[in-house]
Amino acid sequence: MPNMPHLISRQAMRLLNLLGLLVGLGVATAAWADDDRQARQLPLLPAYQQECASCHIAYPPAFLPAESWRRLMRTLPTHFGSDASLDTETAAAVSDWLSSHAGTYKRVRETPPEDRITRSRWFIKKHDEVPAAAWARPAIKSAANCSACHPQAEKGDFNEHRIRIPR
Amino acid sequence: MQPKHLTTHQFKYLPRALLVASACLAVAAHAATPQELLATYSGQAQAPASPSRGQQFFTNTHGGEWSCASCHGAVPTKGGKHASTGKAITPLAPAFNPERFTDPAKVEKWFRRNCKDVLTRECTAAEKADVLAWLLSLKP
Repeated sequence: MPNMPHLISRQAMRLLNLLGLLVGLGVATAAWADDDRQARQLPLLPAYQQECASCHIAYPPAFLPAESWRRLMRTLPTHFGSDASLDTETAAAVSDWLSSHAGTYKRVRETPPEDRITRSRWFIKKHDEVPAAAWARPAIKSAANCSACHPQAEKGDFNEHRIRIPR
Repeated sequence: MQPKHLTTHQFKYLPRALLVASACLAVAAHAATPQELLATYSGQAQAPASPSRGQQFFTNTHGGEWSCASCHGAVPTKGGKHASTGKAITPLAPAFNPERFTDPAKVEKWFRRNCKDVLTRECTAAEKADVLAWLLSLKP
């Protein structure tokens, strides 16, 4: 029995070390995430990913106000020149999810012309350094093709340090 | 409620419950092979499919702006690119992409959407059979 207290304290120390390590890691991760707010992406509704991300990336819901999302989801058979029609239940579920995670920040709150993300004031302002000719390059093709220049766009990461504009 | 009453109640609905359960299983197991889908479409068309007619149909713009090939490529053994967004599209020919034409609901959804984009109408069963027959003829 004389060894018992010693044994307990050694185990306690090990536990404390492990705890310290975990807390340290947690703090480091939180700090990294704060630096990189964009990378903390909202988990996507599987139906949104499946039904909407075949023709274009799964645009983050916060890029448009709820009113725009609802209108887009009501007019899927004539979706920017394409038939993107869905069955009623799936369309309703996706519409609800998009509107509940829609943008509310002041520059996102107003509906852009034609409900196009690329005509939002914030989008135009963020891209004012991109020369007009760059958008037309074959590797880019369209302002809707986020991942041409934002390689992590699919993951919701639009961090400007990772932008690569193809020549 | 008495236990005895509950039991009879449950037995009354047993056949219906079994029916629902088996229907669910049938839906869950509703995978198909491209060959089975081709047989279904040919059966609906009541005519044999023609791969060469399918190829023509695939590359024709049918009086509009786009053809199937605008997004999938003229010979869809390689990946394509969406004609307006530029998003990458995986190969359409089953021999080059085993996931293609294995989910009947998905196949119907995309025929509906894409035929409306290219032809401003839905495709007929004969047209679907022709295209699928041509896609199946593409081998590595």
